Amino acid sequence: MYINGASAISPLPVFDAMTSGISFIPGEGNRLTAYEPAYNNLIDPKLIRRMSRVIRMGVATAMDALRQAGVSNPDAIITGTAYGCLEDTGIFLKRLVENGEEMLTPTAFIQSTHNTVGAQVALLLKCHSYNNTYVQRAQSFERSLQDARLWLTEHPGASVLVGAADELTDYSYALLERFGLYRHQAGGEGAAYYLVTDAASEKSWARVDQVYTLFDPGPEELQDLAAALLQEASGQIDLLLSGEEEMDYNADQYAKVSSVLGYGLPVIRYKKYCGVYPTATAFASWLAAWWLKAGKVEVDGLQLLSPGRILIYQADPSGYHSFILLSAC
Amino acid sequence: MQQAVYIAGRGAISAIGKNREENLETLKKAETGIGSIQYLSTAHAGLFPAGEVKADNEELSKMAGWTGTNSRSSLLGFIAAREALQEAGLMEGNRVRHTVSGKRLKIGLISSTTVAGMDLTENFFPAFLQNRKGGKLRMVRQHEGGATTERIAQALGIRDYVNTISTACSSSANAIMLGARLLKAGELDVVIAGGTDALSKFTLNGFNTLMILDQQLCQPFDQNRRGLNLGEGAGFLVLVGEKAAELLGGNYRVRVAGYANANDAHHQTASSPDGTGSFLAMKGALEMAGITPDQVGYINLHGTGTQNNDSSESIAIERVFGNRYPAMSTTKGYTGHTLAACGGLEAIYSCFSLEQQLLFPCLRIQHPVIENPGVVVTELRTVNGLQHVLSNSFGFGGNCSSLLFSLR
Repeated sequence: MYINGASAISPLPVFDAMTSGISFIPGEGNRLTAYEPAYNNLIDPKLIRRMSRVIRMGVATAMDALRQAGVSNPDAIITGTAYGCLEDTGIFLKRLVENGEEMLTPTAFIQSTHNTVGAQVALLLKCHSYNNTYVQRAQSFERSLQDARLWLTEHPGASVLVGAADELTDYSYALLERFGLYRHQAGGEGAAYYLVTDAASEKSWARVDQVYTLFDPGPEELQDLAAALLQEASGQIDLLLSGEEEMDYNADQYAKVSSVLGYGLPVIRYKKYCGVYPTATAFASWLAAWWLKAGKVEVDGLQLLSPGRILIYQADPSGYHSFILLSAC
Repeated sequence: MQQAVYIAGRGAISAIGKNREENLETLKKAETGIGSIQYLSTAHAGLFPAGEVKADNEELSKMAGWTGTNSRSSLLGFIAAREALQEAGLMEGNRVRHTVSGKRLKIGLISSTTVAGMDLTENFFPAFLQNRKGGKLRMVRQHEGGATTERIAQALGIRDYVNTISTACSSSANAIMLGARLLKAGELDVVIAGGTDALSKFTLNGFNTLMILDQQLCQPFDQNRRGLNLGEGAGFLVLVGEKAAELLGGNYRVRVAGYANANDAHHQTASSPDGTGSFLAMKGALEMAGITPDQVGYINLHGTGTQNNDSSESIAIERVFGNRYPAMSTTKGYTGHTLAACGGLEAIYSCFSLEQQLLFPCLRIQHPVIENPGVVVTELRTVNGLQHVLSNSFGFGGNCSSLLFSLR
């Protein structure tokens, strides 16, 4: 599966990376907010005003990925979101409580539905294709990628728009902080969409080789999967993009994976740039694709030339583990 | 790769019964499960009728054998999924049996939900709004759609593959579709697919703001329809490919012969006047099954009872079938609109129709939307030679899906 267009909005300003490059500066504070670009070239300003953040971030990255790939009517639109449209959910809940179930207006309810991002993309494109939304917590993006791959197997030659979007709101930040999620690493958010096909083209950024998931794995299960991945990569993985956080609850799991992959393997921890959120692997995939396309990795004092394969590994405190292997093409 | 997908088990809980048999018996008797709201705590209890599952959370917890704080969506989903697995012979006590005749089966759970743990979150929120440290965290642990599925998967002991879809009212049709695709691709041997949604203040008030709730018992597919009644419940199918079917030795009579998902791309909540999304979904399901419209003997309609849906759906049906309409009815008048659960429940009702050669009537019909005599079923009807049934599920966001079920 080849990535022919890729767009991300994240606390790290990357949306305009093609014109402005990327300054890898870790986010400050305990709540990272996505750096939103000027949307006017991508979406009608009248529509933007009505969209919540997660919707406009999702829609803008979707449109950008399509534009890059030169596709206007994809054969499938697949979206992952762990939390859904939290801002509108919060607005409707607050009014529901404060107004005692009276005098409510529909807009927030309408936009609170989990499939709003994918639906808005379809609506803007007038695209009648297959449209699906996955909400499996920290595997929402992975399930979307797996569906994209399955769709391409079933429909050779198709173009699939696949991505993920999640937002952090005042309510969700307060709540998730109480759950201890941001104790050692800032909370984050973001959106990323990709246009993928089953054949490479001159536009291709990178190839997605594997997407594996595990839930609450035993030590051997995790190590066996990491070993299998290493073998599939012919022993040649050049960089690990790691979801490990400061004082990570899953530090021993990350260590186990590193022990299989080899301690000499360069590791970049991506959550210092995008913050902690369940679909952060969608941002990590963008970084990996960007570096593979550029043919070099320059970050954190690390310089790698002609990277061939980058592996993303994330273990989330709820037990969701995933591996995404990408390679240069 | 293109192997057949069979239905090996079914589990249903809704306003018309707490298990599959009760649902079937109530359908046969043409009795509604919709009435005054008894269990949901809401200011609108006297105003809007709803199709509630006739049990409080304590009783559902007993049925599930669960303790602690759980979303009603998780409880309903577990009860229906367990029943489906029991019918398939895949339960051992309260856990899923993975090994059959010495072979380890890869088993996946694909649930779907729109409400998820909102039934708890909305009761957590008053204390939280007062003070950000207020409210008990256990009330929001199952807020996320994926968290309710995770709770069900953990209780059943399913780890190979767990997934949740949320595409509004077409959610469980899409779960069944994904299950069939994963079986055909050989990624899994068995899939439990369906959906679950509890009634909540959030959805009741949300639909009220859209002014599409009927204050009387709804009259879907009637010309004088006034809107929908909400419902709640869960419906799950156990889907198996040929390998698992052989191992389980079941003589499965119904297979998933076709499916399609299309987007209406017209409006966030309203269906297009020409029913484009619904038309494409029905057409796609027939094409995949390789059958012509005249081979469809019955349609289990989405048929919510709103002006917009029933008009758009009937126009789409005309576009597919011309004036050679198959028989059709909607079961929303029995259960209310169960949102993410309706595709799963109605898939089970479609199985009943095929296996028993019975068409369940639309309730409270005075002037059917399609006036051709006998098209909209208004009395329990025994049929012969019913081979193919189409089941429609359409939702907000233009998400339209149709499933085609066929007798072997």
